[in-house]
Amino acid sequence: MSGGSYYVPVSSKWPVLASLAMGAIMAGAGTLLVFGRAGVPVMVIGLLAVLAVMTLWFRDVIHESRSGLYDARMDRSFRWGMGWFIFSEVMFFAAFFGTLFYVRTFALPWLDGEGAKGVAALLWPDFTASWPLLEPPDKAIQGPHETFSPWHLPLVNTLILVSSSITLTVAHEGLKEGYRTTARHWLTGTVLLGTCFIAIQGFEYHEAYTHYGITLQAGIYGATFFLMTGFHGLHVIIGTIILISILGRVIRGHFSRDDHFAFEAAAWYWHFVDVVWIGLFTFVYVF
Amino acid sequence: MASHLPPKSTTQHSQPATAGVASQAHATPRGIKRWLLTTNHKEIGTLYLVLSLTMFFVGGLFAMVIRAELFQPGLQLVEPEFFNQMTTMHGLIMIFGAVMPAFVGLANWMVPLQVGAPDMALPRLNNFSFWLLPVAFTLLLSTFFMPGGAPNFGWTSYAPLSTTYSPPSTTFFIFSLHLAGISSILGAINIIATILNLRAPGMRLMDMPLFVWTWLITAFLLIAVMPILAGVITMMLLDINFGTSFFSAAGGGDPVLFQHLFWFFGHPEVYIMILPAFGIVSVIIPTFARKPLFGYASMVYATASIAILSFLVWAHHMFTVGLPLVAELFFMYSTMLIAVPTGVKVFNWVTTLFRGSITFEPPMLFALAFVVLFTIGGFSGLMLAISPADFQYHDTYFVVAHFHYVLVPGAVFAIMAGVYYWLPKWTGHYPNLRLGQWHFWLSVIGVNLTFFPMHFAGLAGMPRRIPDYALQFADFNMVTSLGAFMFGASQLLFVAVIVMCIRGGEKAPAKAWEGGEDLEWTVPSPAPLHTFETPPDFQPRQH
Repeated sequence: MSGGSYYVPVSSKWPVLASLAMGAIMAGAGTLLVFGRAGVPVMVIGLLAVLAVMTLWFRDVIHESRSGLYDARMDRSFRWGMGWFIFSEVMFFAAFFGTLFYVRTFALPWLDGEGAKGVAALLWPDFTASWPLLEPPDKAIQGPHETFSPWHLPLVNTLILVSSSITLTVAHEGLKEGYRTTARHWLTGTVLLGTCFIAIQGFEYHEAYTHYGITLQAGIYGATFFLMTGFHGLHVIIGTIILISILGRVIRGHFSRDDHFAFEAAAWYWHFVDVVWIGLFTFVYVF
Repeated sequence: MASHLPPKSTTQHSQPATAGVASQAHATPRGIKRWLLTTNHKEIGTLYLVLSLTMFFVGGLFAMVIRAELFQPGLQLVEPEFFNQMTTMHGLIMIFGAVMPAFVGLANWMVPLQVGAPDMALPRLNNFSFWLLPVAFTLLLSTFFMPGGAPNFGWTSYAPLSTTYSPPSTTFFIFSLHLAGISSILGAINIIATILNLRAPGMRLMDMPLFVWTWLITAFLLIAVMPILAGVITMMLLDINFGTSFFSAAGGGDPVLFQHLFWFFGHPEVYIMILPAFGIVSVIIPTFARKPLFGYASMVYATASIAILSFLVWAHHMFTVGLPLVAELFFMYSTMLIAVPTGVKVFNWVTTLFRGSITFEPPMLFALAFVVLFTIGGFSGLMLAISPADFQYHDTYFVVAHFHYVLVPGAVFAIMAGVYYWLPKWTGHYPNLRLGQWHFWLSVIGVNLTFFPMHFAGLAGMPRRIPDYALQFADFNMVTSLGAFMFGASQLLFVAVIVMCIRGGEKAPAKAWEGGEDLEWTVPSPAPLHTFETPPDFQPRQH
């Protein structure tokens, strides 16, 4: 262990500004939802401030890293940090998968009169449980007309995202072997695949609202559909932004063959997003 | 062990930074900017502790309102709607604002000192974690001034009370909880990285002080369940503002789903609030019994077992919601299993005391009271775990008595024990021991007067979260209220002790307590701003 060289940064203004900016987003969004449009400027300012602060904060970190202030121990701290952060994200999605399984396995059959909790059927005696749930128990709620076939756009998106994980791995191997041009090209390819995924997902959302009747208000199917694919999509967007900034650093000549944790952290995140999608494709679209 | 007690030369070059004087080399900002921009684990720890103490009084004020209203039957002081806001905000503020930040503050101060690290692993992130909290609680407390008032559905926020029938401010409550949750997750990541990566050379995991061990496991719990809370309150947000039907059976959802998700977070959450307390007590009792901790390894394994079991018991909060019989049985037995590792811990604490040379300074008094009173709370928990019996106890004051016994003379007493124990290290002065003893005895009498009669009121059928009650509960409630006022008032003594200790008092040496054997007692008191910039020589002790 290389004691004594562990870098402890001097004071920094980014953390407290980041907190204030996050507070502005939350206060603005709350005001928008509860009191109306007055919240929009606050929220937008907060969002821009978060982006600005993150940029400046990461700039400091990159500068310190390139000045050689970080030792192997620092590298391990970053690795533990990123690893546990991704674990927290896994648990975030676990809550949503748990919701989906609970609704499909327990809540809907019980509403249909099945098993020990079947008294719930007294509420809506005509209700029949099914998945995808096209006819919610209460007639006031308009269910979807039909659902997506998993073997069209969702399959295309699956192939895109899985390929993007492969292209990213090729880029990583290129970086490790010192083929920087290869790394740059394959990383660019990964970013393009991520962008395609987001575009197709946006098109699917458009279809959902205009032709399929799958909306947030369309009962539990629409709710779980948009909750799960929506938060996944948000993560793909964030992941793509991360990859673009990593690409920028590769172009600028950052990273060495054996010291490029930022690249690896981005790759971990991207693979995690990919794995979540496999779960979504399986349980939201196919089964 | 006495051979390496005097402060080692490793800390010498940090001396100019003592007592907050800015060291020239680092050009540390002064005044308010010093606290806003700091990346130092000791300063951030202090910030956490000050925030926690402030929130303890805010939440305490709400409790006083509750107890004043319940002093006599009938509606006297506040509207029932406001009473509901008081119970809700009391719970939220005490859990997320007082107890959790206090433990994070203690971890910030003491984990790097106890493992021989120069700072937390990610110091800027550490500052970010802290400053999210004042923002979050400003947002949360601002809900009092909104139309419809603050959240009024209890801290558990059960749907549909928290969705269909909630006040408009619920959206702000959700966002403030998101901020607090992000803070907790990032703080926990930092603590894990520090413990796993920055230990002094030669310190194996099984050499770590128990406070560090319990925090490692607590941090894991935080990272595992705070995202679940984030998920479930996001679904609340969507139900309220975007017309989804997660918790509405009309659209195929289920209000009980809310309870499952909430308690999957909520049960590990209660262990998040008690495991670091176990750690503090496990450090203090050996110090003042002047004996090594009995059963160190079994303590570690018991803590880990409790953490694992905490994921398998959540539905014991929901016995009366209409669970299938098999679930009632599973969650009853799994809950009872927790008594085993907890019993191991109590046994170890008592056995550590056995034939020790015990002295009764305030930290030890609070730690001993913890062992006795937490055990009472544990036993009432065992009663509540019996599913058929819980049908009687559920949502009565018996439950209120149970969780206050584990949280007030449990978690809060452990925090106070920790504060008294480490104040000499933080300030360089001993706390006023006489005043500390007064604080202890008034607190321990007040706390029992408050919460013990609640058992009887609850068993006799008094429901929780009500502003008025039947006449037969009048005597119990009056005693409870008097005890609560006594406990509340005696906390002013605590503030007095802390302020006096910061300003002066008997000088404390590096090893402030005779029996203190962990690494923090090898650095000077007060601990200089930067410690262990070169790692200390760590000599493992035999456990």
